[in-house]
Amino acid sequence: MQFFGVPFTAFGDDSLQYLNTILGKRALIVTDKNIVKLGLIGLIGAELKQANIDYMVFDEVEPDPSIQTVMKSTAIAKDYKPDWIIGVGGGSSMDTSKSTLVCYAANITPLDMSPSDFYNLRATAKLICIPTTSGTGSEATWAIVLTDTENERKVGLGSYETLPDIAILDPRMVMSMPPQITGDTGMDALCHAIEGYVATWRSIFTDGPGLVAIKVVFENLKKAFDNGKDEDARKMMMYAASMAGTSFGNGMAGLGHSTGHAIGGLFHMPHGRAVGLYLPYTMEYMVNGSEEAKARYAVIARFCNIAQGDDKSCALKLIAAVRDLAKNVGQPLAVKDTNIKRDAYMKAMPGLVDRAVNEAMTIAVTRVPDAEELEKMFVCAYDGKPCDF
Amino acid sequence: MALFGSIEWATAFMEAVNASKAYEDAAKTWEGDFYFIIEPGGAVKEPGYQYIDLWHGKCRKVDVVTTATKDKYKPEFVLSASVSTWRKVAEKKVDPIQAIVTRQLKLQGNMGKVMRAVKAAQELVNCVTQVKTEYPE
Repeated sequence: MQFFGVPFTAFGDDSLQYLNTILGKRALIVTDKNIVKLGLIGLIGAELKQANIDYMVFDEVEPDPSIQTVMKSTAIAKDYKPDWIIGVGGGSSMDTSKSTLVCYAANITPLDMSPSDFYNLRATAKLICIPTTSGTGSEATWAIVLTDTENERKVGLGSYETLPDIAILDPRMVMSMPPQITGDTGMDALCHAIEGYVATWRSIFTDGPGLVAIKVVFENLKKAFDNGKDEDARKMMMYAASMAGTSFGNGMAGLGHSTGHAIGGLFHMPHGRAVGLYLPYTMEYMVNGSEEAKARYAVIARFCNIAQGDDKSCALKLIAAVRDLAKNVGQPLAVKDTNIKRDAYMKAMPGLVDRAVNEAMTIAVTRVPDAEELEKMFVCAYDGKPCDF
Repeated sequence: MALFGSIEWATAFMEAVNASKAYEDAAKTWEGDFYFIIEPGGAVKEPGYQYIDLWHGKCRKVDVVTTATKDKYKPEFVLSASVSTWRKVAEKKVDPIQAIVTRQLKLQGNMGKVMRAVKAAQELVNCVTQVKTEYPE
């Protein structure tokens, strides 16, 4: 048995207007201070007012949100008693909103959340997610990533009930994204789509959105990075990120994510930059030992008009195209190109490997690396050398 | 051949776990005991409770109890499923984490702790494959 779930999605120009059609009394908006400063909450508030819904704003979400932050937002929700939780922002805000819904409506702590349990959350509140970046795809998934600050580790959580009821993709929300965040988050979308397309948990339902998302990212990310005012490119990237979320959220991500999460937990590299950095190295590893992955990469390369020909050459050209795109959108191609010193990285190696080994994404691939192979991959990614094993 | 759910099976599983270097390495920091519950259905008329105590890469104890005696242990985790689902996991037709996520394998306990030990879970399944098993189907 496999599942496939997607939220009801309002998208396109002025799609925030969908908010003035919802029924309810109170909404808790979960976001960060920067989103408030940009005036984006005002746009949402205006629509909620038209729907006669009072709202309150929790704006204390930090990058890599902690369990403690969720406990704070939950305390506010328990006091305010909203019938809607609205996550507005990047993955951090949306994941905090999902966690807040569970902890508030089921009266549990984040780590108690289990996909096995039935919480009947909708008896208390419903969930809307409104992305302000184009990468995380969190608005289209039930997955939640929080940071266990005590153990410097990212924790993957979730329940099928944390799939948002409604996702709103209004291009106005992403127009002010600076180029660096456009590049970082765009690489996250690409990584979700490619990894979702080759994951062992994939299905016929995840293939379509994954494949289309990859093509759209290749066609639009650089345009959105070069010219943030390019509305069409912004729009297409926003849709691609959500489709990529649908793909990997109903399947699974892969090694780019398990290695990226590891460095994110220990060195606080932005999520999209981290997974995008490791993606080509992990793809090389897959090509070297998995016929299935190689064939799937080749399908992507052909579909995106990157290459034609035999599987191996297509797969390698896809990897080269990923590196080219990353370079063109301001991404580091190796860890040595970041501010992480080699000594610190090598010293952290046992922790990096331990974290990557114990990610669900590491076992949902067609070639599962052991600890030794993961360490070699981490070293290759530091030095910028291809994974030739 | 040991019948899944019997004390003979649980003992053989404990021996397989304690012989596995890969499990020992993957679970060196794991502390937590389980009930593996076989839900009634088909040939299984009553729920079966297998108690498995896993500690720092080793299996310290196994036991089999019944509905009447299940209060003997208060394990940190409970995993329950039909015998056909247990079989799919044991035969690697479905990944145990995927089985949890799709509610085929129902988990009670700290999901975050389990999600930080996916390699150990995988090695545990490898240990199951070492036990020649007959299923009560």
